[in-house]
Amino acid sequence: MMALGERVLEVAAREGAERVVAIHLRTGALAGVDSLALRTAAEIVLAGTIAEGARLAIEEVTPAWWCGPCRMEFPPSDVLGRCPACGLASRQVLRGQDLLLHALELDP
Amino acid sequence: MCSHCACGLPPPPTLARAVVLGESLLARNDHQAAHNREHFRAAGVRVVNLLSSPGTGKTALLEALAARSPSTLRLAALVGDLATDQDARRLQQAGLPAVQITTGQVCHLDAAMVHQALAQLEATGHPLAAVDLLLIENVGNLVCPASFSLGEDQRVVLLSVTEGEDKPLKYPATFHSSDLVVITKVDLAEAVGFDRALVHRSLQRVAPAAQVLETSARTGVGMDALLEALLG
Repeated sequence: MMALGERVLEVAAREGAERVVAIHLRTGALAGVDSLALRTAAEIVLAGTIAEGARLAIEEVTPAWWCGPCRMEFPPSDVLGRCPACGLASRQVLRGQDLLLHALELDP
Repeated sequence: MCSHCACGLPPPPTLARAVVLGESLLARNDHQAAHNREHFRAAGVRVVNLLSSPGTGKTALLEALAARSPSTLRLAALVGDLATDQDARRLQQAGLPAVQITTGQVCHLDAAMVHQALAQLEATGHPLAAVDLLLIENVGNLVCPASFSLGEDQRVVLLSVTEGEDKPLKYPATFHSSDLVVITKVDLAEAVGFDRALVHRSLQRVAPAAQVLETSARTGVGMDALLEALLG
């Protein structure tokens, strides 16, 4: 969360913005990020900065795993990542495990 | 004019311009973790990241390891907690060089905190090059630490017999990312009606590749096997 606040303010300063209007994030079910907790934390971290009150847009990314033996990508049936073809649980996550700072809307 | 609760109203028109970044917020930590890993490689030290809920017995397990390990094996520990240096002092009393990382409000260790603690360890006369096995006791939490690599060689999750057999299913990300699962306090298994088959079934679902060991810091059961597993 500190990383998000720091990075947002860093980029805003670099761009010479006076205000951060919106923060666009992308996260997946495997990132262990709870949207409500994220909003609350963002509010606390950004209070008193030029990003205070910025709209937080959180886009959910559908997780995907990679099965090595079958050489294919597969979507989740549950949070456990079992390959639908061979039944093995994959440890290789392709998407959905990260929290991405996708974009900022800045003024001006 | 709702800007906060995403209640469906369109955002107010602004003169905002978009800056597309597409950055991973974990990338900064990953970068620091890679740097830590270089330190560890150069010093020839093996590093273990220990995760668990509060009260699973991480510190007791490290005390027991310190007591049983051969004197030729040079151990050291970094201990994360929100407050107090009690755990580090406990480990020091057990003869284990230990540095406390007090995280304040932060519910996990990150790679930068570990990097800073390495300097402290060196300052107390234990440079990495003089350590064979570095044990990092993470903050007691089964959620957030899973997302933060410290540059470790091995990730170990502890689960005590008093916690409930379905815990791996409730916190799959942590168990899924671990190489070794250590079931602790097995001396209490019978008293609490621990269902061994059920916990193994849960682990099979979320962490089929992980090694599973049963231990008791109190009786010493499984401690030699644990030491062997930690040494890789």
